[in-house]
Amino acid sequence: MSTHASHTKRSGLMDWLTTVDHKKIGILYLIAGGFFFIIGGIEAMLMRIQLIKPENDFVAAETFNQLLTMHGTTMIFFAAMPLIFAFMNAVVPLQIGARDVAFPFVNALGFWLFFFGGVLLNLSWLLGGAPDAGWTAYAPLSTTSGGPGVDFYVLGIQISGIGTLIGGINFLVTIINMRAPGMTFMRMPLFTWTAFVTSGLILFAFPPLTIGLFMLSFDRVFDANFFNPDNGGNILIWEHIFWIFGHPEVYILILPSFGAISEVVATFSRKRLFGYSAMVFATVLIGFLGFMVWVHHMFTVGLGPVANSIFAVATMAIAVPTGVKIFNWLFTMWGGRIVFSTAMLWAVGFIPTFVMGGVTGVMLAIPSADYQFHDSYFVVAHFHYVIVGGVILGLFAGLYYWYPRMFNRVLNETLGKIHFWTFFIGFHLTFFPQHFLGLMGMPRRVFTYLSGQQLDQLNFISSIGAFLMAIGTIVLFINIIISASKKYAPSSDPWNGRTLEWAIPYPTPEYNFAQTPLVRGLDAYWIEKTAGNKGMTPAEPVGDIHMPNPSILPLFMSIGLFIAALGLIYNHMTVTIMGIVATFICMFLRSIIDDHGFHIHKEEVEADLKGVKE
Amino acid sequence: MHADERLNDANFPEHPEKATLEGKNKFLGFWLFLGGETVLFATLFGTYLGLRHMNMDGPTTEELFKLPTVFLATMLLLTSSLTSVYAVLALKQNRVRNLQGWFLVTLLLGLGFLGLEVYEFMEYVHEGHTFTSSAFGSAFYTLVGFHGGHVAFGCLWIITLLVRNWNRGITLVNAPKYYLFALYWHFVDVVWVFIFTVVYLMGKVG
Repeated sequence: MSTHASHTKRSGLMDWLTTVDHKKIGILYLIAGGFFFIIGGIEAMLMRIQLIKPENDFVAAETFNQLLTMHGTTMIFFAAMPLIFAFMNAVVPLQIGARDVAFPFVNALGFWLFFFGGVLLNLSWLLGGAPDAGWTAYAPLSTTSGGPGVDFYVLGIQISGIGTLIGGINFLVTIINMRAPGMTFMRMPLFTWTAFVTSGLILFAFPPLTIGLFMLSFDRVFDANFFNPDNGGNILIWEHIFWIFGHPEVYILILPSFGAISEVVATFSRKRLFGYSAMVFATVLIGFLGFMVWVHHMFTVGLGPVANSIFAVATMAIAVPTGVKIFNWLFTMWGGRIVFSTAMLWAVGFIPTFVMGGVTGVMLAIPSADYQFHDSYFVVAHFHYVIVGGVILGLFAGLYYWYPRMFNRVLNETLGKIHFWTFFIGFHLTFFPQHFLGLMGMPRRVFTYLSGQQLDQLNFISSIGAFLMAIGTIVLFINIIISASKKYAPSSDPWNGRTLEWAIPYPTPEYNFAQTPLVRGLDAYWIEKTAGNKGMTPAEPVGDIHMPNPSILPLFMSIGLFIAALGLIYNHMTVTIMGIVATFICMFLRSIIDDHGFHIHKEEVEADLKGVKE
Repeated sequence: MHADERLNDANFPEHPEKATLEGKNKFLGFWLFLGGETVLFATLFGTYLGLRHMNMDGPTTEELFKLPTVFLATMLLLTSSLTSVYAVLALKQNRVRNLQGWFLVTLLLGLGFLGLEVYEFMEYVHEGHTFTSSAFGSAFYTLVGFHGGHVAFGCLWIITLLVRNWNRGITLVNAPKYYLFALYWHFVDVVWVFIFTVVYLMGKVG
């Protein structure tokens, strides 16, 4: 029986291709997400260069359409989402005292599906033109767009969306079933709470996207008529389905950032998070209300004053729990012994920036005003204030904070601060003027503008800001490269952390916790520290630890769907069928091959424990 | 006790499908998955309701649907849900041959349902109601076809499970697998009840 077979260590590339370890999958998500973040950033830079002066001809109008579509799609689906999953993977099992996620195999599958979805989408640049119908892919623009671009969009997101969905289910089950003894729901660190609510949103928001994308691809590939008014179709169905997914998606992105900010603010204020239970309640309420507001993206469609008013009120209501969060962060800092580390700088920069995005959000939630703002640069400014100023600033805070846990090294603080100030100033320089550009009438998604309309100066400032953000990002990568050449950090708890992930020695053992810890309250590790204990109190004796086996099947399943998608795009049904059959064979193999994992024996664990120095 | 060991009546747990952490995880994870599937079908139903009168030059729902065939299909699927309940009862009583027998009946009824659906679709295509003929056609075949696809996947699933575990008795590893299949089958059945109501009955009287 395979259960007692000693585990064979795989090395190098094979280890990374077959890993089911949540810590390694977290790193894979971080690298892949970082890669797509760079691509999306380059696309943004090209657009800002084009807009730096009026009537510029740096890129053609068609290319500009592709750039804006790919920038939005890449940043949302292939940069922000995987970066969130990177931290959820790296941190959540550690924070709840678990040895892995509930379904390690599914976790690996989720990563590879996302990765091949992203590769497929970006291949469009080389294979006949990128999608050009905007990241929202409104019909009939998307159904009639020539070339294979939109097909790449549909299938790339479809494949990665399946990965996201199973990832969400995985984290829900992990958090519900795998918490250490004593880790009640109301003792979970706030990042775990936000990961939990985000996973719930994924579970209910991604299936509509799946169906919407199916319909869109059926319309394009199989001549269906969902969005074809000539044959009875209705384009509004796409808009509704897209935003029923799309609005919760915004909260899927922002909530884990809220969680990261909560951890960082509490740690570097040396205080318990103010109003923990109110924070939890606000998180859940934001998640719930997130499903009730999608029509605010469609105010100008003409659904009538009653529908618009209801959705306007629901939208404004979200400002209440969000405000609760803002004040709780402020009160956490109030009276705390604040340490302005790089992570804390990002968190402190996040708060006013996100508030500004929230204020313009409430402005946009007023339907009558929205008729003026709609499709102008005001909207562009708003969503970059919440997505970059909210999600990305929060993710950077999390990156500097959890980097030591993920890579056993600390990022350089001086370079980190240079990164923060260039990126932060660059961000406001880029997007603050865009509010006024929008109010002055500049529509979004235009590839150029005429001179003499007072748009020149603000666009110029905006482009200069974009360069500053790019410089900041380059500094971050220099920082990462330098850190790779450094030795391990001196302490496994560099920030004097409060939660369980800091109670683990360097480097993090494969099994996370030699003994499952006993959790005695909120900020579990901090409680032990204040009680004068050296580490967590174990909840079990040292024993054999059960581990899942690595597997290559997730990679092959994803490649199968990738091939099937290429077949669909180029109308080779045999290729499509071959790809799908390959995926099914992998699923079949997974079903019939008994895989009970292996055990790390008690003696090995004891040896590890002895080898650990304080 | 080893998880892969054939259970006997003495050590048989009350809930073999949830006796291990893996079993508990699968049980909860699958319920959550079905929650997502519910939203998936809700989206399809919503779209169908929006487009069902858009038959253009093709036949209307009233002209098209023949309730006797659909009623027969409904009966087959409902009965298959019942037989899968008997299989799960056998699972809880550690009567593996019984379980296999009831799941085989479930499979046959599922295949019968699929046969009727294929026949029905062929009839409709013959009458000019195709996937591309109108928005109604697209919405109809997508909704009902998605359900049919779920039935087909369920058939492949139970065949794999039965063949793989034919001589292995009930263990703590395969008990959750049998149980989850039954859950899935009930879900697919419930979706069909809604299709029967929303698509066929409302198509006749709406």
